Amino acid sequence: MAFEEYKNLWVFVETEENVAKPVGFELMNPGRRLADKLGCKLVAAVVGGSVQDVAKTAIQYGADEAIVVEGDEYYQYSTDAYGKAMSTIINKYKPSAMLIGATNNGRDLGPRLACELNTGLTADCTGLDVEDETGNMIWTRPAFGGNLMAMILCPDNRPQLGTVRPGVFKKPALDETREGAITVEDVHVAPEEIRVKIVERVEEIAELVDLQGADIIVSGGRGVGGPEAFAAGGEVYELAQLLGATIGASRAAVDAGWIAHAHQVGQTGKTVGPKLYVALGISGAIQHLAGISGADYVVAVNKDTDAPIFSRANVGIVGDVHKVVPELIAAIKKQRG
Amino acid sequence: MRILVCVKQVPDTTEIKIDPVKHTLIREGVPAIVNTFDAYALEVAARIKDATPDTTITLLCMGPEQAKAALTECLAVGGDTAYLVTDRKFGGSDTLATSYILATAIKKIEETEGKFDIIFAGKQAIDGDTGQVGPEIACHLGYPQITYASEANVVDGKLQCKRESDKGYDILEVAMPAVITVVKTDFEPRYPTLKSKMAAKKKPIGIITFADVESIIDAARIGLSGSPTKVKKTFTPVREINCVKIEEEDPAVAAQKALDQLNADKVL
Ligand SMILES: Cc1cc2nc3c(=O)[nH]c(=O)nc-3n(C[C@H](O)[C@H](O)[C@H](O)COP(=O)(O)OP(=O)(O)OC[C@H]3O[C@@H](n4cnc5c(N)ncnc54)[C@H](O)[C@@H]3O)c2cc1C
Ligand SMILES: Cc1cc2nc3c(=O)[nH]c(=O)nc-3n(C[C@H](O)[C@H](O)[C@H](O)COP(=O)(O)OP(=O)(O)OC[C@H]3O[C@@H](n4cnc5c(N)ncnc54)[C@H](O)[C@@H]3O)c2cc1C
Repeated sequence: MAFEEYKNLWVFVETEENVAKPVGFELMNPGRRLADKLGCKLVAAVVGGSVQDVAKTAIQYGADEAIVVEGDEYYQYSTDAYGKAMSTIINKYKPSAMLIGATNNGRDLGPRLACELNTGLTADCTGLDVEDETGNMIWTRPAFGGNLMAMILCPDNRPQLGTVRPGVFKKPALDETREGAITVEDVHVAPEEIRVKIVERVEEIAELVDLQGADIIVSGGRGVGGPEAFAAGGEVYELAQLLGATIGASRAAVDAGWIAHAHQVGQTGKTVGPKLYVALGISGAIQHLAGISGADYVVAVNKDTDAPIFSRANVGIVGDVHKVVPELIAAIKKQRG
Repeated sequence: MRILVCVKQVPDTTEIKIDPVKHTLIREGVPAIVNTFDAYALEVAARIKDATPDTTITLLCMGPEQAKAALTECLAVGGDTAYLVTDRKFGGSDTLATSYILATAIKKIEETEGKFDIIFAGKQAIDGDTGQVGPEIACHLGYPQITYASEANVVDGKLQCKRESDKGYDILEVAMPAVITVVKTDFEPRYPTLKSKMAAKKKPIGIITFADVESIIDAARIGLSGSPTKVKKTFTPVREINCVKIEEEDPAVAAQKALDQLNADKVL
């Protein structure tokens, strides 16, 4: 493997039905920092139905240039089509490293690509850096259910690949004046090469719960006592309404059937990165905390002074949700006048 | 129909504690279990077996001698035959090397047992947590894959899977052979009976070592040295946040104090 042939840092920008998943833009943030440190270009690799606008936006978020593969066969994700598109352009341009958002599709594509390209892939990273001496990527990731962090290198193979957890990094500021070259690569996949077919696409969630894009999240756990807390008049609902927040939940609340799984925050739910995260009646199990590592500020209400959530909170109120939250709502309303 | 289920023996990570002084994982006394998602995968396979006459389920595990216990457990809840892939040379493998060894073992088993129609794996192992071994096995074998499936059924000779999406779910269809990785299902895995447990204990477990696959494996692609990723170091996560803890009798006072703090920190 001729190492010097491999240069530049890529971010794979995932799209679904021509819309970019937020994580692709989030990754421009660490991507920009690392590319500057390495003295290389930051390149957005965009695959989708018709996605040159997405490529343009990726540049406005900080990429120097973009490479686009588009066509009807990419309008919806398939392992075979996306795998072929990405391996083709990677083999042509030879990036030194590539960041992939760790969505279900990103984690479907990543290992397929790594194996195809015979290289290493670090899973579900929450930290990214480069080694000063070698310029190798240092990928930091949780393992053992969040109990252990590991720093992983891929020193002898290129490209170095990693999937990165959504919500950990914040989208950089959009600079609408920023420009860069967009190269469209003509890669196509015949229908029969796509071996997995979508028979049916069922949309069961009336409104999309956008936990990952939320600035404020109010979450409820087992300690809120029942489904009423998530409905109009309930503590979680009313505080969320007042703050313009998205509603989240712990797995205990979801498993109890109090609220849909789409609201679950944590290792087996969504990973989130709001400016403010309010945890009501949530104990703070490691699997829940794994989902809020990107939160800037955490407020917790729990009646148990030793609840682990307080070790992750900036402000903690020891008390009963049913008593404290109505007072909190009243105090905020009073302040707003 | 012939099904293979990949099973990893893992420490029960919900039981793991951190040594508060050394900041390392305390593994002593932590029970070894069948990876949760592999148990779901086996249940999905067992349901196909229930619905499809003449279906057999083969179990495949790479790990040390002790991992036989995981295989025996799975033989009691739907598995028919089991293989343990074990050799010092395989130790320290990352996901690319692990999947290469498992794919090679699958080819070896197929030499005597015939081709598998479906290969199941869990969505991820609860220790390594990468979720990469399944798709990489698919790639090594050149098979299509469906990841994050919560159901799988054979319909008109093809496999249909339910896969969660952002807004709901997709029903996906693929011709066999294919690799499927399984998430937590809506149904619980079946329990063994006393009888099935006894029968499982009597079933032999095939052993596959490096020598058994020497002619079909590239020794440069296995073990620590054959793995592209290297663990540079591990540490336990530190959370250094100074929580302003408010403990007040009167909830109104507590709420006001909290709000004052939020104002001071310019959060609202
Ligand atoms: C593989 C795996 C994956 C998991 N993934 C997730 C995940 O994605 N997300 C997740 O959240 N969990 C996950 N879990 C579960 C996790 O381990 C916890 O069981 C779960 O987070 C607990 O939810 P909880 O905090 O709501 O409930 P509990 O742990 O029961 O805590 C309830 C809390 O409410 C407090 N309380 C009770 N009544 C009141 C009251 N009136 N006022 C104030 N406080 C009160 C109690 O003091 C307690 O601290 C996972 C577990 C495993 C094994
Ligand atoms: C802290 C730490 C971090 C690591 N990070 C990475 C990393 O980022 N990238 C990387 O390539 N490697 C990594 N590894 C190595 C990786 O854990 C091992 O390669 C492991 O053997 C397989 O990965 P996994 O446990 O994540 O399995 P997963 O890929 O999560 O397993 C998915 C499924 O594959 C099947 N499967 C997996 N292993 C076996 C087995 N031994 N026998 C039978 N079936 C199996 C099971 O069905 C399982 O449900 C890491 C190891 C450690 C200790």
